[in-house]
Amino acid sequence: MSLSLLILIVLALGVAGYALARARVTAQANGDRRRLHSLIGYYGHTVFLFATVPALLLLGAWLLLQPVVIDGRVSSMLQPGDIPEGGSLSLVMSDVRRIANGLDTLVAQGQLTEAALTTLRTETADVRGQLGSVGIALGSDVQTNVLEAAKAYRGQQGTAQAVMAAVVLLASVLGLALSYKRLSPDFRARNVFESFVKALLIASSMVAVLTTFGILFSMLFESIHFFQLYPAKEFFFSLTWNPQFRGGSSLGIWPLLWGTLYVSFVALLVAVPIGLMIAIYLSEYASKRLRTFAKPAIEILAGIPTIVYGLFALITVGPFLRDYFAQPLGLGTSSSSVMTAGLVMGIMLIPFVSSLSDDIISAVPQSLRDGSFGLGATQSETIRKVVFPAALPGIVGAVLLAASRAIGETMIVVMGAGAAAKLGLNPFEAMTTITVKIVSQLTGDTEFASPETLVAFALGMMLFFFTLALNVIALIVVRKYREQYE
Amino acid sequence: MTDANAQAPRTSLFAPDARTARRNNSEARFRLFGLISVTIGLAALVMLLSSVLFNGTSSFRQTMLELPVTLDAKVLDKKGNRNPDDLAKVTTIGYGRLISDALDKAITDNGIVVDGLTSKDVKDMISKEAPAQIRGRVLANPDLIGQTVSFQVLANGRIDGYMKGRVTLETAERDSNVSVNQLHLADALHEKGLLDMPFNWLFITAPDASELRPEAAGLGVAILGSAYMMIIVLVLSLPIGVAASIYLEEFAPQNRITDLIEVNISNLAAVPSIVFGILGLAVFINFVGLPQSAPIVGALVLTLMTLPTIIIATRAALKAVPPSIREAALGVGASKMQSIFHHVLPLAMPGILTGAIIGLAQALGETAPLLLIGMVAFVRDYPGAPPEGFFDPAAALPVQVYNWTQRADPAFVERASGAIIVLLIFLVIMNFVAILLRRRFERRW
Repeated sequence: MSLSLLILIVLALGVAGYALARARVTAQANGDRRRLHSLIGYYGHTVFLFATVPALLLLGAWLLLQPVVIDGRVSSMLQPGDIPEGGSLSLVMSDVRRIANGLDTLVAQGQLTEAALTTLRTETADVRGQLGSVGIALGSDVQTNVLEAAKAYRGQQGTAQAVMAAVVLLASVLGLALSYKRLSPDFRARNVFESFVKALLIASSMVAVLTTFGILFSMLFESIHFFQLYPAKEFFFSLTWNPQFRGGSSLGIWPLLWGTLYVSFVALLVAVPIGLMIAIYLSEYASKRLRTFAKPAIEILAGIPTIVYGLFALITVGPFLRDYFAQPLGLGTSSSSVMTAGLVMGIMLIPFVSSLSDDIISAVPQSLRDGSFGLGATQSETIRKVVFPAALPGIVGAVLLAASRAIGETMIVVMGAGAAAKLGLNPFEAMTTITVKIVSQLTGDTEFASPETLVAFALGMMLFFFTLALNVIALIVVRKYREQYE
Repeated sequence: MTDANAQAPRTSLFAPDARTARRNNSEARFRLFGLISVTIGLAALVMLLSSVLFNGTSSFRQTMLELPVTLDAKVLDKKGNRNPDDLAKVTTIGYGRLISDALDKAITDNGIVVDGLTSKDVKDMISKEAPAQIRGRVLANPDLIGQTVSFQVLANGRIDGYMKGRVTLETAERDSNVSVNQLHLADALHEKGLLDMPFNWLFITAPDASELRPEAAGLGVAILGSAYMMIIVLVLSLPIGVAASIYLEEFAPQNRITDLIEVNISNLAAVPSIVFGILGLAVFINFVGLPQSAPIVGALVLTLMTLPTIIIATRAALKAVPPSIREAALGVGASKMQSIFHHVLPLAMPGILTGAIIGLAQALGETAPLLLIGMVAFVRDYPGAPPEGFFDPAAALPVQVYNWTQRADPAFVERASGAIIVLLIFLVIMNFVAILLRRRFERRW
């Protein structure tokens, strides 16, 4: 039974429950709706919810857990000898899944009957060729155990699907029946319905908490896994980053951290003065016309996807800097460099700094400015000596937020900063960052359980805590400042 | 004697003394810095957009050869029975020969003479993708066999580059993939009206093509994949986000748990997007076992990323509804739930939808997390119809851009910029709708 059909049936049961409930309470009240505790719709809604929500939740949970359980049972069928040299269990398991899918297609196309499938042997039939004919290309011949595992996988998958459909339908019918039985004119349908809805609301608000836990635990588990394979001391103190396919890599975080901080520093060097001056000019000097035009125009920069900035760095800024600055000055020949990424990222950060600082500068009370003017200060003196110091904590918060953006930014550095991990000072040289290496280690072809892949999780963990710390500090600073003038 | 008298007497009140002049100068300088900064900001925006437009607009036109191709029944249907199985046995090589014959014939018919032109030159004028396209057309409509049908045939990527100014006669001399003679031939064909640059529908509808055929690469799978993801993101994040906001804004008691949830949400809004990609890889792919590069995985990750945006916008919209509305509803006997769902929520809806659209627009442009869940894979097949199609491999618009920038042929830079234009058009439409909604329905209390 297909998933969409199952969902439709459950929903249909819910709608039927709604109609049934209305009919039943109307009959019980002899058609006099005034004798009902709640408005008649609530009886229907209640039954609808009980018939659908638990069943759909069950369906979701089942779909999440089914692959885990089946994988576990099937992979125990495989012998250590089935795993080829240099391969891993997860690779063999993905073959098993693909073979099982291929067998499904073969059966669906009628090239193979169920009976023939049970007697299918690798010794007697060209399984690989048959699978190839339905678009499942395998790297090597199918081994006996793998084929058996695939058959078992297919069988269990089928059984699990059937059981799932049965269980979900049962839950739906059960929910419908139980709530239907409780119906009577005195049944406090509105209260029950509202408690149910409130529970759903609470559950929704828990999604954010679950996400955070998901992030923390997924990175924690894989990081621990990584540190079991690779010494933590090396990771935190080694000065070289040099992953190797065949093991023996050195995975020190310092070159990446240096690249990240260097690029972010250049970006902030661009964004902070420009963004701050924009905020000051627009809030203190600009005519209303310029402000209504320039403020949204600059905020458009914040709405442009980072991939656009990445492309801009790659095809315009990078070659420009190389041809007009790096090569004439003899500083390098690479179009991807710290400068390229930093400059473009700085442009991206301008609206963050400017709109946050704008809010903060506007929040400085007018009386401070008036007092300063009254003492004979010029406007720029007022801004530099009165407004700016008063707004400083908030501006620091804005800069910290921008810094956390810069550290976590990925696409611009992937396309603009290069991939060479080194500790250097030349801003026209290619360097690399934490985010670039997370992408390259996780999109490569290396085996998942190797330290070269798992290091990405440790890097992600560092990144997460880094940005988290910056954000928390920024929030505290901003909050403290707000209290001052309210 | 006081200090003031010790200074030189001032000549006139209208002539500012040195100190005032200095202060006035510094005032003017400060203003100028501000103006320069604003100009830099605006110039950056203009440069960014014009760089993309300058590089990308040409991808909406594609060099095509207008050729009458004789679909010879002797070649395409040797048995003469129009049996689809037999027709399918003729490979693209057979069709390729028909097209190059047609081009040869067109050259002689029009009296075009180019010195030193070899037959390989002529054959290579045509994209390697063209035979496959004509084969597809013939298999879909076998009645065409035996007729002479006028086809628009894709020209080779280098010829396309020449027509767009990317390839010149000088670069062609150094390029082993194109000869100067071919470029002369292209000029001649263009003069005769056989070679033209019509609007490139294939760019929008066709799937991606291999590294060697930039002229055939299109965005079809990517647009479909992005659309699938946006549908799921909307369906998941809007109800969950609104429900969470209603709870936090209207029901939640002031306690530790509520605080925890609120801190969580504001933190999630600031977590780097790539971290969500790691979450998706570890949880949805490795733990749950969902397929790689499927829209469903991308959508789940993007949903989690969009939720904070929607929750923050929804809470602001709910907060903006004045308490008098709630009190009036409660006063006439509504329950708290009724007052919220019947009165507050409809009034807050424009604000909520605006926030949701802006959240979706962010999600549409997000690239980094999708790289980690395998959407960089080369996908040529369109995903199936939903809901099963949500589990098929697909690409996504921003990831397709990234993919194309990683390829060697400079023609892909043009494609990537063109893809960005498509992406930006979608974003502009979405933001425009959001602004319209806000203008049209937002109430000020």
